[in-house]
Formats: sequence, structure tokens, C-alpha cells
Amino acid sequence: MTMRVAVTVNGTEYARDVEPRLLLIHFLRDELGLTGSHWGCDTSNCGSCVVWLDQRPVKACTVLAAMADGRSVRTVEDLERDGRLDPVQQGFIECHGLQCGFCTPGMMMTARWLLDRNPDPAEAEIREVLSGQVCRCTGYENIVRSVRWAAEHAQGTAT
Amino acid sequence: MQVPSHVEYERATSVEHALALLGRPDHQVLAGGHSLIPMMKLRLAQPGVLVDINGLAELAYIKEAGGQLRIGALARHADLLDSAVAGGHFPIFHDAERVVADPIVRLWGTVGGSLCQADPSEDLSAVFAAVRATAVIRGQDGDREIPVRDFHLGPYETVVGPGELLAEIRVPVPAHGGTGSAYEKVARRVGDWSVAAAGAVLQLDQGTVAQAGIGLTAVGAEHFVAAEAEDFLRGRLATEPNFKAAAMIAAEHCHPVADQRGPEDYKRHLVAELTTRALRRAAGRAAGRATERASA
Repeated sequence: MTMRVAVTVNGTEYARDVEPRLLLIHFLRDELGLTGSHWGCDTSNCGSCVVWLDQRPVKACTVLAAMADGRSVRTVEDLERDGRLDPVQQGFIECHGLQCGFCTPGMMMTARWLLDRNPDPAEAEIREVLSGQVCRCTGYENIVRSVRWAAEHAQGTAT
Repeated sequence: MQVPSHVEYERATSVEHALALLGRPDHQVLAGGHSLIPMMKLRLAQPGVLVDINGLAELAYIKEAGGQLRIGALARHADLLDSAVAGGHFPIFHDAERVVADPIVRLWGTVGGSLCQADPSEDLSAVFAAVRATAVIRGQDGDREIPVRDFHLGPYETVVGPGELLAEIRVPVPAHGGTGSAYEKVARRVGDWSVAAAGAVLQLDQGTVAQAGIGLTAVGAEHFVAAEAEDFLRGRLATEPNFKAAAMIAAEHCHPVADQRGPEDYKRHLVAELTTRALRRAAGRAAGRATERASA
């Protein structure tokens, strides 16, 4: 049996008839075509599927689309605004914060959330908040540098 | 690809609504979902109807009232980690929450959900057993209060029945300054389940142990408690040799099993070492708090 699920994603409301067992990550990717969020380990370990649900990061493989009904979701597609990259995105470019890029959307969504709460995080705080997300390319050094770059180049327009 | 089996979904709009739904056959609570949904994806859990209680803000609080710390079942792990009132009375909560899963999971997983999941490797069961907490279980006929030490019937099994909901966890706030607590865990990597862990609460009276609580995680301790070690410590001096002796008793009386996280003798070794460390830190904190109180 399907149910109507209405979610505001990146400021736009979408409604779809889906099975209650559908996971949020598949709702975003397959129903809405928003493939920026990646579907990785499927076991809430890797964090490549991290999006915001009601302003807080969540591993979208471990929440049902039905649970997001009536709520708001923010995905990596919303980081760029009016053709301007978010400082976090720019930081990942400047500091080579990605190689294959698979973990990057989740890393950036968590980093944005951290910086909104703490605009000047120490390296240890960055490592702690990202500790539930896996990167197999960078060894994390450049990811931490990227987030620090974003902190140092904040545009004062954090959303 | 992991896909849960077919399930229906209801969203509870009040505690009363949730209780009415949970009284129906094959209805199961869905809180943070960070244990239940992974189990559904593995088809280890196949509930017929999920009752989503995430909207019940009246169950999401941490406060002190009537001489007790009161934690709503829907409080998130991150809320407990951020709670100054909980950490002030019981540093063991902050010790443990720092090592429960990872920061993103902690934003969604709930305190009540952890207790009700009753996973033998779950950290908070031992913590709440150590502090001698009471679980408030709500049903349509009212509340019943069950000591957390009687809450778990076995792995993945609790006393919460059909038509009932864990509503609150209560912990008596220490009446005087000489109480300290701590939690020590060894995991293979950041965010993983415990290989073993130990929590300790000590109430000291002029250097003597007036009351001791010791909880053990992932080592098959009955009700997550090291009761024989607690009995040994009560009335004895809070000294390193006594802590070590109590820790050896704890290691002897638990029932760890060999698995991919390690052999039995290694786990017993961990219980002895981690119990000693937890007692040592709890005693240090108790002494610190007694000093704070005296100088206040």
C-alpha cells in the first residue's frame, strides 16, 4: 500500500505516493531525481547519504521517507546559491578535499551544519563531528583543511 | 540493497493516540529508528505497522524535578550529551554519550529507544543500571514504575508490553556532595559497539563507600549489573586495592562470549581493567564534588 508523502526539499514542496518502507535516500534520488546525495554503505556507517532533516543532519539511509512527511530536507544541491558556491564547497576545491568525491556530499552537509553552529571550530571539533563519515581517499587531512578554509573565508551569509 | 519488508505507517499525534495504536496487534513504536530501521533492512524485524512517535514533543525533555533527574524517553543522545543538569549530577552520562555511535546518529537515536532495544552491547542500559534509575512505563490505565535493573528480560526483550510505551527514566539526584560516576569503554574503532565497558557510581562518606553501582556492557552481566562487586565494596574504604578486588569480582561473575570482538578471557581482562578505571575516576569525582560542596 502506498501513502502520500509531502516533503519540502531545498525550499520546494514535493509530494509523491510511495511505500512506507521507502528510505529517504531513495526518495530523494529515485523519486525526486536529486542524485547529489549518495547511497553508500546502506548501514548508517559511512555517511555519504547525510542530508538535513528539519535543520539537523541525518543519515538518509536510516530514515523512512514517511518520517520526513511534512518536514523539510536540505541536500547538497542547495549549497550553491545564485551561482555562488558555499564556502564549504569552495574550501573542498581550494584544499583538494576530495578525490573520488563519493563521500563529499555528506561531508559538506555536516560541515555546513557545524559551521552554522560554530563558525570557528578547532581541528579536533571538525574531526569529531565528521567521525561517523568515511572517506577512503583523502586520509581526512584535506577534508579538515577544507572545512577550516571555509571557516576562514565565511561570507557572513551562512544559511 | 537492503529493503525492509512491507510495513504500514501511522504517525502518533499524542501519547494517548500512540497508546491506542500500540494496543493493536503487530504495531511497533518507531522513535529515532537508528536500531529498528537497520534491523528492518536486515529483515530481523518485520513489524506490521510502525507507530512514529517523533512528533511527541511532550516526551522529549531532560529536567530536574522533585529531587529526581527526569529524562523523557524521546530525548536524543545528543540532548543527554548536551545536558548540563544531567552531566552535573552524573558525569557518567556524558562519558557514555561521547562514545555512543557517532555525532550524526546521536542527533536522532533516542535514550528510550536504546533502553527498549535491549541490545546486550548497548551502552545506556549499563549506565542506567549503575545509577539505579527507574523506568516509567505508560499504558492506557496509567503509569507503572520499574527499576531499570528489572527492565530487561533478556537480549532484545523488555518488560514493556503491548499497548505500553516507555515514557520517562528517573534517577534520584544525589542528596549530598560525595557522589561521583564514570564510564569506561573499549571499542575497536570510533563509534563502534563496546568490546566491553564498565560504568561506576560511588557514594562516599568520609572515604568509605556508602553505596556503589556498577554496570557492565556487552559481557553478559545479569541485568547489566556487577552485583557481587557492589556488595563487596559497600562499607569498605574507597582505595585502589579495594577497587581492584571489586573489579576482579566483576570480571569473574559476568558471562562474556567469544565473538568477532574478542575471546572470552580478553573480555574478562577488559572488565577488570575498565571497572577499576571507572571506580577510580568515580571516586576522584566524588572527592572533587565533596570539596566543591565544602568550599561553597
